[in-house]
Amino acid sequence: MTGHDGKNFPRPTRETLPFWEGCRSGELRLQHCGDCGRHQFYPRLMCSHCNSEALAWVRAGGTGTVSSFTVVRRPVSQAYAAETPYIVALIALTEGPTMMSNLVGCEPDDAAIGMAVEVVFEQWSQEITVPKFRPLHPRP
Amino acid sequence: MHPLRGAIALVGAADTAVGVVPEMGATQLCVDAARRALADAGIRKEQVDGLITCNSMAEPYMYHAEAIAEYLQIFPRVCISAATGGGTTFSVLHQAASAIVTGMCETVLITMADSLRSGLTREQAMKTQSSAGHAQFESPFGPTVPAFYALIARAHMTQFGTTPEQLAAVAVAARRHAQLNPAAQMREPITVADVLNSRLIADPLHLLDCSLVSDGGAAVVVTSAERARDFPHAPVYLLGVGEGHGHEHISQAHSLTCSAARESGARAYAMAGLGPADMDLAQLYDCFTPTVLIELEDLGFCPRGEGGRFVADGHIGPGGSLPVNTHGGLLSHCHPGNPGSMFALTETVVQLRHAAGARQVPGATTALVHAQGGIMSSHTTIILGRECK
Repeated sequence: MTGHDGKNFPRPTRETLPFWEGCRSGELRLQHCGDCGRHQFYPRLMCSHCNSEALAWVRAGGTGTVSSFTVVRRPVSQAYAAETPYIVALIALTEGPTMMSNLVGCEPDDAAIGMAVEVVFEQWSQEITVPKFRPLHPRP
Repeated sequence: MHPLRGAIALVGAADTAVGVVPEMGATQLCVDAARRALADAGIRKEQVDGLITCNSMAEPYMYHAEAIAEYLQIFPRVCISAATGGGTTFSVLHQAASAIVTGMCETVLITMADSLRSGLTREQAMKTQSSAGHAQFESPFGPTVPAFYALIARAHMTQFGTTPEQLAAVAVAARRHAQLNPAAQMREPITVADVLNSRLIADPLHLLDCSLVSDGGAAVVVTSAERARDFPHAPVYLLGVGEGHGHEHISQAHSLTCSAARESGARAYAMAGLGPADMDLAQLYDCFTPTVLIELEDLGFCPRGEGGRFVADGHIGPGGSLPVNTHGGLLSHCHPGNPGSMFALTETVVQLRHAAGARQVPGATTALVHAQGGIMSSHTTIILGRECK
């Protein structure tokens, strides 16, 4: 038992493996376009902005702000029951792209849109580590 | 003028029993809906040369429309099953209209049903719940379908000051309509306080902000406006249709508080040569209360950010300036999944025939129906009228 058995484990593909390998080594990685300079997430074959193929994986700063959130009171499955209620949030990364994650280390009543957050990593198995976010300046 | 405007008409429309219908399976409901709509149109199954369905979750087939054609023993020229989530009904009506105008077929039967309430195994129900969201980049974080819509609601509240009371007013209006509809699954009166006192599912959405889980099916028969005059009921004409497609996954949405309903609505209005002020009623996709606010805004019924106030002021209830979801909607009539918006379509046909009884919108001549699928992803707007003008 890891405490994560039965959760919706991501299954990395050839295209997404660099992202998940990054998480496993404690790095949040995004694709960066060498032509237009934008970052993108999720991983794609081309830059979704300028169509360039000149994409490189880079380490993101790991910070962002909450663009929306909800407190899930009824878990999606039993595997998530122990941590219910949990906060599902959309995080606008400092580099531009938005990603979904959980807000951790934050009481439901303290969550707010616009809150500054930073990435933390949660190991689910030998292969899978998922990125979560916590408040950047926790209340004293 | 656009070649689809006024070119096709709905000449048959019918619902099965809805709500809790354990005595029929999803396939039976789909065929039952088809048979009722054919009877309403006064035609034999052999006259159908186009069949469009959507797959069932309870009784899925590899090729659903083929399975229904086989069951009915009909041999259409066009036969497809489609899936754009809750918007499936209206996007396939768009396809059906194009198929008729281009001569691919003459008489299209659109029939859809599912048994989400009585027909899912525990395993199917779990799989259905967990399958929403991007498999790698959303699902691991445990979002539920209500949670996706709660993200939208929260953003609307923060951006515009929308309140939980205003969201609740959507559910109360739906229930007031349902009280006038003997077929609706939920008819007990509710108040804003009842909604706010029901348990939180995903903040800020309470149980009564969420649509029902139902069994049921509905079907329509569509043909050319020219042929439509030969059917027993007065035809209901397609005046405008438009689609808009913004994203699949909510984490990729360019905005949480406005949607591709803006594009679908603008396209439908342009084709019809009509605007929001011309609509006598609207059926807006109400899987969760916040969607109605955004649709009211994006379709031009009220200014952006004022959906909450518009609803709380009583505009969308029975007798309001714009009755919305006159059958009770997904919140109070029924919601069997992808077929859900079929009932908005059949209800609109009944309203425009002036056959809706106690819930008839007096003198209604023009109606807008809108549905979205996914998480505010895929949008189709339809404008229907009594006259092909």
